[in-house]
Amino acid sequence: MQIDLNQFRDTFFQEAAEHLETMESALLALQTGRADSETLHAIFRCAHSTKAGAGTFGFEEMARFTHVLESLLDRLRNSEIPVTGPLVELLLHSVDVLRALVDAAARGDAPPPVWEEVLEELDRARGAQPGCGPAATNAEPQNGAASGVWDIRFEPAPELFRVSLDPFLVLRDLAELGKLTAKADLSRLPALEALDTETCYLSWRLRLETTAGLDQIRDAFAFCEDVATVSIEPAGVPEAPAVQDETKAASQPGLRTTVREGSMRVATDKVDRLIDLVGELVIAQSMAAEIMNGFTPECLPRLQEAMSEMERHTRELQDRAMRIRMLPVGSVFSRFPRLVHDTAKALGKQVALEISGEETELDKSVVERIADPLTHLVRNAVDHGIEMPADRERAGKPAEGTVRLRAYHQGGKVIIEVAEDGRGLDTERIRAKGIERGLIPADDALSDEQIHALIFHPGFSTAEQVSDLSGRGVGMDVVKKGVDALNGAVRIKTARGQGTTIRIKLPLTLAILDGLLLRLGEQTYVLPLVSIVESIRPRPEQVRDVAGLGEVVTVRKQSLPLLRLGRLFHIPTEVTDPSRGLVVIVEHEGGQLALLVDELLGQQQVVVKSLETNYRKVEGITGATVLGDGRAALILDIAGLAALSRGEPLSNLAA
Amino acid sequence: MTEVEAVADPSGLAAGSSQFLTFLLGAEQYGVEILRVQEIRGYSAVTPIPNTPAFIRGVINLRGTVVPVVDLRAKFSMEATEYNKFTVIIVVTVGVKVIGLVVDAVSDVLDIPASEIRKAPDLGARVDTRFISGMATIGDRMTVLLDMERLLSDDEVAALGSLS
Repeated sequence: MQIDLNQFRDTFFQEAAEHLETMESALLALQTGRADSETLHAIFRCAHSTKAGAGTFGFEEMARFTHVLESLLDRLRNSEIPVTGPLVELLLHSVDVLRALVDAAARGDAPPPVWEEVLEELDRARGAQPGCGPAATNAEPQNGAASGVWDIRFEPAPELFRVSLDPFLVLRDLAELGKLTAKADLSRLPALEALDTETCYLSWRLRLETTAGLDQIRDAFAFCEDVATVSIEPAGVPEAPAVQDETKAASQPGLRTTVREGSMRVATDKVDRLIDLVGELVIAQSMAAEIMNGFTPECLPRLQEAMSEMERHTRELQDRAMRIRMLPVGSVFSRFPRLVHDTAKALGKQVALEISGEETELDKSVVERIADPLTHLVRNAVDHGIEMPADRERAGKPAEGTVRLRAYHQGGKVIIEVAEDGRGLDTERIRAKGIERGLIPADDALSDEQIHALIFHPGFSTAEQVSDLSGRGVGMDVVKKGVDALNGAVRIKTARGQGTTIRIKLPLTLAILDGLLLRLGEQTYVLPLVSIVESIRPRPEQVRDVAGLGEVVTVRKQSLPLLRLGRLFHIPTEVTDPSRGLVVIVEHEGGQLALLVDELLGQQQVVVKSLETNYRKVEGITGATVLGDGRAALILDIAGLAALSRGEPLSNLAA
Repeated sequence: MTEVEAVADPSGLAAGSSQFLTFLLGAEQYGVEILRVQEIRGYSAVTPIPNTPAFIRGVINLRGTVVPVVDLRAKFSMEATEYNKFTVIIVVTVGVKVIGLVVDAVSDVLDIPASEIRKAPDLGARVDTRFISGMATIGDRMTVLLDMERLLSDDEVAALGSLS
C-alpha cells in the first residue's frame, strides 16, 4: 500500500501502551483470584492487537515476541494449559519486556537483549508445538517443506466495512501464500432496494494450497479477527469447531484515558459541550455587535445585558475548556497495584491495596506531577508503614496489611489520601532525630503535628537500615517539594500501632488562581485569596518595634511580623504609616504574616503565567498574570516573602 | 504602539553571510542575528520584578506570555536615558526563552558577509568582550555584533536561586 504508515506509528505506540496496561491489570486480577473467563480473552486480545501492529510496522522482535506470547495466551484461554501462579508471574514479566520493546521501538533503539531469554521461557511454557486451538491437531510444522491444503471459512461480521476493513485485501494476502480458490456465499445478500452499501453480506469458503504454516495463514486475518469468524483446517479433516473470535466487546468504560507526552485522549462529550458553548458565545457576541450598530444611549441597558450574557458564557467556557485537560486520577492510580504487589513480595509482607475515587478528575499537568510523590508515599507505606506478617499478628492485627488510596473533591480542591494500617509514626523517635540533627532545639514544646512535619525535611530518616526501596530519607522531601510546586499542601495523621494517613490537598488546576489585587505605589500585585486571613487598618498602638524581630502587629493578643512590602520590593509607596494604610494578614505553612500595602483593589480570578518560562524563579513571586489593562502583574508567594523578610534563602526553610 | 514583525528570509542570503538587525544605544550601533528576532515593539509599561539586577527592568505581557525585559544600556553600564517614542523593545529568542531588549532606536537590517566580521579587540571596551561575537565595518559605520546567548547566560549564572 502506498500510504505512509509513519503517521500511524504514534497511534500504534499509544495503543500499545494502553494494551500493556490492560494486560497488566488483568494479570494482577488473575493473580488475586478476581478474574473470570473474560479476563483471559481480554489479555489475549491485547497481545493479539499488539502483534498485528508490530507486524505492520515492521518491528520484528516485537512481532516475534508477541506472537509467542499470544499463542501461549491462546492455549490458556482455551484451557489447554492451566493457569498457575508461576505462569502469571512469567506473563507479568513478559509484559515488562514487551513494554521495554515498545519503548525501544518508539525511540528507535535496539531492543533490550533480555527479550530473547523471556521468549524462550514463554516458548517452553506454551509447549513445544506451535498450536493454536483444538482444530489444529494435524497442524503443519512451521518450516513448511511439505505443501498443505487448507479449508478456510471466512465469515465477516456485517459491520466489517464500517471498521474500514476490506475483505478483498485479506483474500489477496491469502492468494500470495499459494494457490487460492474462493467461493463466495451470497445467501445473505438482500434484494437491491434493501441493500445497505455499508454492510457486509458476503462470506467465503476458501481452499488454499500453500507451503506456508498455519500461523502465516492466520496472520492474513490479523486485522479481522475481532469482526469475523474464521476457521482454518487442514483439508480433509472433519469439521472441528470453528475457532470463534468474539465480535469486539464494548471497550473498557471511560476510566482509561491515557496520556502520552504531547497528546491526550479526550471524551467526545467534553469536546461537544465545548463546541456548543463557543457557539453560544459567538451568538451572544453578535447580539452585542448588533446593539453597537447605530448605538444610542437608550441602547445601554440592552448592551449591559448582552455583556453580562457574554460574561456568563465566557466563564462557563473557561470552566469547560479547563475540564478538557482534566484526567481521572485513576490513570496514576493504575500503576499502584503492580507496585504494591512487587514491593510487598520483595519484602515478604502481605499487603492489600484498596483504591477508591479513581474517576476524580484533575488537570493533566497536576496528574502527571503528582505521580512521583504518590509513588514515594505508596512505596513508603508498604516499606515502612506495614509491618511483617508475624509482627502484625503479634499485635493482634490481621497478617495482611491494607493500604488505602482515596481521591475526592472537597471545597474546590482535590484530596488524595494514602492511608495504611501499619505501625504509625514514632513521634518520640522523630523528635529525638530532629534534636540530633539540630533541626529543633532540645527543649522546644512543639506540637505532634509539627514534629511529624520534620519527616519532610531533606535527608531526614529514622529508618534503621537503608533498603533498596527507601530509607535514604529522600522520598518525603521529594513529596513535599512536588506538592508545594503544585500549590498544594500535605498533612500527616498518625497513631502509634494503628497506622498513618497522608493527606494531599491539590488545586484543581494550576492555571487559574483566585486573587486579591493590591496596590503598592503605582504597581499592582496579586495575593492568592486562599492565603488571606483578614485585612485591617491597625491602630497606632497595635504596631510596635520589637528588638531583634523588627516591627510587629498585634492582633487579638497574637503578634505577627509586619512586612513593609514597598521596602522589600524597593518600590516607593504612598503609605508609610501602617495606621493609615492597610495591613493584610496572610498565612502560609509556617505561620502568619502581616503585609503593609497602599490599597486593596478587589478580588479577581487571574490566569497564572509562568515567570520561569522566559526568566527564572524569583523569591517571593510565584508567577505573573495579565490584568485587564494589558499590563503584567506579579503574583506573590507568601512563604517566599516570609523567607525574604527574615533574610533567609528559601531552601533552608524547615517544613 | 507600533508593532513590526521582522521575518527572517535565509533563502535570500549569499552563502557565508548573515543578516543582522542593527540598533542604536547612544551613538553606537549594535547588531543581533535577524534569525533570533521575533518581533519589535514600541516601549510599553514594564512591571518591575523585586530584587533583580538593575538591567532587568521587569516583565511585559506579550500576547499572554510574560517576557522579561533587559535594559541593554544598564547592562553595558551606560548612563540611563529618557525613554521616548523611538525607544523600542526588540523581542529575541535565546534558546527556548523569549526576552525583550530595550534599545534607543532600531536601524536597518544589514547583510554582513562572514568575511567582514572581525574578532573584537580587547580595548577595555564598554561592552565586555565576552558578549561580543564580532565587529564589522559597513561603509563608515562600525557595528558591534552581540552574542545573545553569552549575554543572557551570564545573567543566569550570576543569579541567585535555582533555575527551574
